[in-house]
Amino acid sequence: MPRSKRFATLANQDINQDTFIHEWPEMGLIAMDSPLDPEPSLRLDAGRVVEMDGRSREQFDLIDQFIADYALGLSRAEEAMAMDSLAMARMLVDINASRADIISLLDGCTPAKLVEVVGHLNVVEMMMALQKVRARQTPANQAHVTNWQEHPALLAADAAEAAWRGFAEEETTVRVARNAPLNALAILVGSQTGRGGVLTQCAVEEAVSLRLAIKGLTSYAETLSVYGVAQAFVDGDDTPWSKAFLASAYASRGVKIRFTSGTGSEVLMGHAGNKSMLYLEARCLMMVKGAGSQGVQNGSISCIALPESLPGGVRAVLAENLIAAVLGLEVASGNDAMASHSDIRKTAKLMLQFLPGTDFITSGYSSIPKEDNLFGGGNFDAEDFDDWLVVQRDMKVDGGMRPVQEKDVARVRRRAACALQTVYEEFDFPPISDAEVEAATIAHSSADMPERDVVSDLAAADRFMADPQTVLDVICALDRRGFEDIAARILEMQRQRITGDYLQTSAIFDSDFHVLSALNDPNTYQGPGSGYRLSPKRWQELSDLPQAKLPQTLVPDQPRDGELQLAELAPARPSTEAEVVIALGPAFGTTLHQTLGKLPHKAVLRELMAGIEEEGLTPRVVKIYHTADCAAIGHAGAQLSGSGIAIGLQSKGTTVIHRRDLAPLNNLELFSQSPNLSLASYRAIGRNAARYAKNEPVTPVPVKIDNMVRLRLIVHTTLMHFKETLEIESGAPPIELKVRFQ
Amino acid sequence: MSNSGHISNQYPLGETQPERIRSHTGLPLSEITLEAIREGRVGPDDLVIHTETLQKQADIAKAAGYRQLADNLRRAAELVNIPNERLLHIYEALRPRRSTYQELISLSEELAVQYDAVENARFIREAAEAYRTNLLLRPEDG
Repeated sequence: MPRSKRFATLANQDINQDTFIHEWPEMGLIAMDSPLDPEPSLRLDAGRVVEMDGRSREQFDLIDQFIADYALGLSRAEEAMAMDSLAMARMLVDINASRADIISLLDGCTPAKLVEVVGHLNVVEMMMALQKVRARQTPANQAHVTNWQEHPALLAADAAEAAWRGFAEEETTVRVARNAPLNALAILVGSQTGRGGVLTQCAVEEAVSLRLAIKGLTSYAETLSVYGVAQAFVDGDDTPWSKAFLASAYASRGVKIRFTSGTGSEVLMGHAGNKSMLYLEARCLMMVKGAGSQGVQNGSISCIALPESLPGGVRAVLAENLIAAVLGLEVASGNDAMASHSDIRKTAKLMLQFLPGTDFITSGYSSIPKEDNLFGGGNFDAEDFDDWLVVQRDMKVDGGMRPVQEKDVARVRRRAACALQTVYEEFDFPPISDAEVEAATIAHSSADMPERDVVSDLAAADRFMADPQTVLDVICALDRRGFEDIAARILEMQRQRITGDYLQTSAIFDSDFHVLSALNDPNTYQGPGSGYRLSPKRWQELSDLPQAKLPQTLVPDQPRDGELQLAELAPARPSTEAEVVIALGPAFGTTLHQTLGKLPHKAVLRELMAGIEEEGLTPRVVKIYHTADCAAIGHAGAQLSGSGIAIGLQSKGTTVIHRRDLAPLNNLELFSQSPNLSLASYRAIGRNAARYAKNEPVTPVPVKIDNMVRLRLIVHTTLMHFKETLEIESGAPPIELKVRFQ
Repeated sequence: MSNSGHISNQYPLGETQPERIRSHTGLPLSEITLEAIREGRVGPDDLVIHTETLQKQADIAKAAGYRQLADNLRRAAELVNIPNERLLHIYEALRPRRSTYQELISLSEELAVQYDAVENARFIREAAEAYRTNLLLRPEDG
C-alpha cells in the first residue's frame, strides 16, 4: 500500500521526534504502579522500625535504614499505616483538611504507602492537592543564567534582567569547571543590581560549591543530588550520611540548601532494580526529609524525557512533586530541562505545576537563549518570556514573572555590567572593556558578545578561588567605586546569612529583604476565597503587558477621503428600474473611510459600481442608518432595488449580495472576511450582482481563504464595527445618495 | 513545648529582634554596615552565623513542625566553630570508600572532644557502622 499522506505528515510532527516506549517493569521502565513495587507495611518494636515496605531491618539497605531512623514520624506511623489509602487521598483534595493536618498524618507513611495514596488521584486532584499543600503561599520562580562563552559581562547583565523580571532565585553553572568562582561572582553582582534579595547559586561539584558559599559568592545550593537506590547513591559519590552532613555544613555557614532528586535517575544509572520510578522517588524524598533539607528540586529534572517516554509519565512527575509537598518540603518543581520537541506537550505538562502554583514553578527557567544554556538546554527559554507572561494574564495566575519595559531592562543590564567591570578592575582581573559593557547591555546571546581571552580569565578564576578574597572584598570594591546601592544589597545578603531566617522552609526575599517562607507566609489554602490570590496591585502588574494597546487608539480616526463625496438626498423609495442597489453601512464614507483590509471606501465603491455598469445596469447607492448588520443592510437595500438585487456593504468591507425575497439572514453570496477581498473582488461582486439582476447564470466570486485573518484582526474588527454602530439612528429610513468621485 | 507559640512569634528573627543577633565573632548585626566595612571593622569571620542563632532557628523549625530540619540546624550549630578546611575534610571523609572504620571513629571522637559536636559525633559513628555493613569503607591499607 502506498504511504498515507496523512500518516507521513503526522510522522514529521514535532511530537513524533519524541521517543515513546511501552512499560518494562522488570527493568524499572515504568512510571508508577508497578506490579513489582512493594506493598506498604510497617512494624515497630519498642519504638524502632523492624520492618518497612516488606523488608525486615536485617534486609535494610542504606536508604531504608536512613528513612526508618530519620524520616518516618513514628508517633503517628501506626495510625497512618492502618488508615485506608483512599481515605487519605480524599483528605488531600478535601478543602476541610488543612495542609498541617495532612502533613502531620502523612509524616507516618512509608514510601510505598505514600505512592499508594497519591496513586488514587487523577491529575486534576493532584493539582488541587498541590495547591493546598505546597509550603509557601506566594508562588515563585527560579531562573537559569549561563552563556556558552561564560562571558562575565553577559552573565551579569542576564542576571540583572532575570532579577528585574521577577525571578526569586538564579542558578548558574560552568562550561569549564574552573570558571565557577567568576560565574558565581557575575550573577551575584548582576542579580543584586536587578533586584535586591534574589538568591543565587552555582551548580558545581559538591565541595567546590560549598567553598563558593563559604566565600560568600553564593547564597544557596541546590544540586545536592540523591537517589532512591543505594547503588545509585554511591555512584553519585555520596551516602545519606555524607549528604546530610553536607546539608548541615551549609547551614553552619548560614546558607540555604535544597536537595535534588527526580523520577528516572535510578533507571538511567542502571540501578532501578525492578521498581517503579515513583516508588524510588518516594524513597529519595523521605531520605531528603530525613536529612533535614528544607526542600527539594524534583520533577524528574534532567531525566524528564525518560518518564515522558512512558504511559502516565507526566502524571508520575506531578505525583512526585505532590509527595515532596506532603512531606513538608519546599518544592522547586522541575520544568527546567527540555521535556519534548513539541511545544504543545511542553506547555501541557507545565500547566500541572503552573496552575496550582509551587514554591518554584520551574527549578530553572532558562532566562537565556537555548544555545547559551549550559544545563543542557531549557524547556522554556528567553524567547518564551512573552508566552509565559501572556499565559499568566490569560489565566490570572502568578507564574513568578512580571512584564517589563525594554528601557528598564537596558538600564539594569548596563549597570550590572558596569558594576562587574569595576570589580574586575579592582581585583585586577582581565579587564571588561566599555565595548563589552555596551554589547552586554543589548545582547540576546553569546553570539552578540566580543570574545574574551579564555586563558587569562581561567587564570584569574584560579587565583580568585585560591586567594583569601571573599564577598567582603567585592562589597568594598563596589562601595569604593560608586556602586554603594549594589554593595549594600550584597552586604544585606551576608547579614541574612548571620540571621538565618532564610534557612527555614521555602524561604525567599522580597525586594526589601523581607523573608517569605512557610513560617511567615504559610499556605492557608482551604478552598475558594482562601490561599494565594493575586492582589489588585499584582494583577494590574501582570495584566499590563507592554505590547497591550489601548482599544481607544487601536483603530485611529481615519482621515476624511476628500475625493469621495456622498451627498444625501431624500429618503430612498422602492423603484422598478433596471438597477442594483448598493446599500452602505451608516459610517461608510463619513466617519470611516477604509475597509478592515485598508482599501479606501472610494475605490471599493467605484469598483462595485463599475462592475454593475459593465453588465449594463445602473448602480443606485443608498445609505442605511437603522442597522450596522451586513445582512440587514443588504436586505434593506434589496427591498428598494428595482431588480430586487442589492449589495450590502459595511464600512469594514464585509459584503453581501442579497435578493428581495430571501430571508434576512439568507443571501446569494456572502463575503464575511473583508481583508481577503481585493478591489478586483469588489468589481466581480458588482458584476455578479448585476447578472443575478438579469437572471443570468452566475459563478460565485472566488475568494482566497486566509484562516488567520479572523485571529489577526478580530480586535480591529470589533473596534471598527463599534464605530459603525455609533452611527446607527434607529428608525431612520434609508437615504438616497448622490456619489461623486473627484 | 509550652513556649512553642512564643518561639514561632520570634520569626523572622531579623525583623523581631535584630538587636539580639550577633555574628559568630560576637559582632552585633547592627554593626555590620557598609560604614564599618569601609573603616575595616568587619572581617570575613564576622559574616558567619552564630551557634546560638542556629539553635534558635532550630527551635523555631521544631515549633513549626519541621522536626528533621530542626535536627539539621542543631547539627549545623555544632559545626559553626569548625574551620572551613576541616569542615570540607570531614565531608570528604564521609563520602563512599574514603575512610576506614577507624578513621571515621577518630573523626567522631575529634568532633565530640574538640568541638563539643556531640550530635555530629553520634551521626558519624552511626555512618561508620552503616558503612561497615554496606561495604562503603576504604579497604584497610596493607
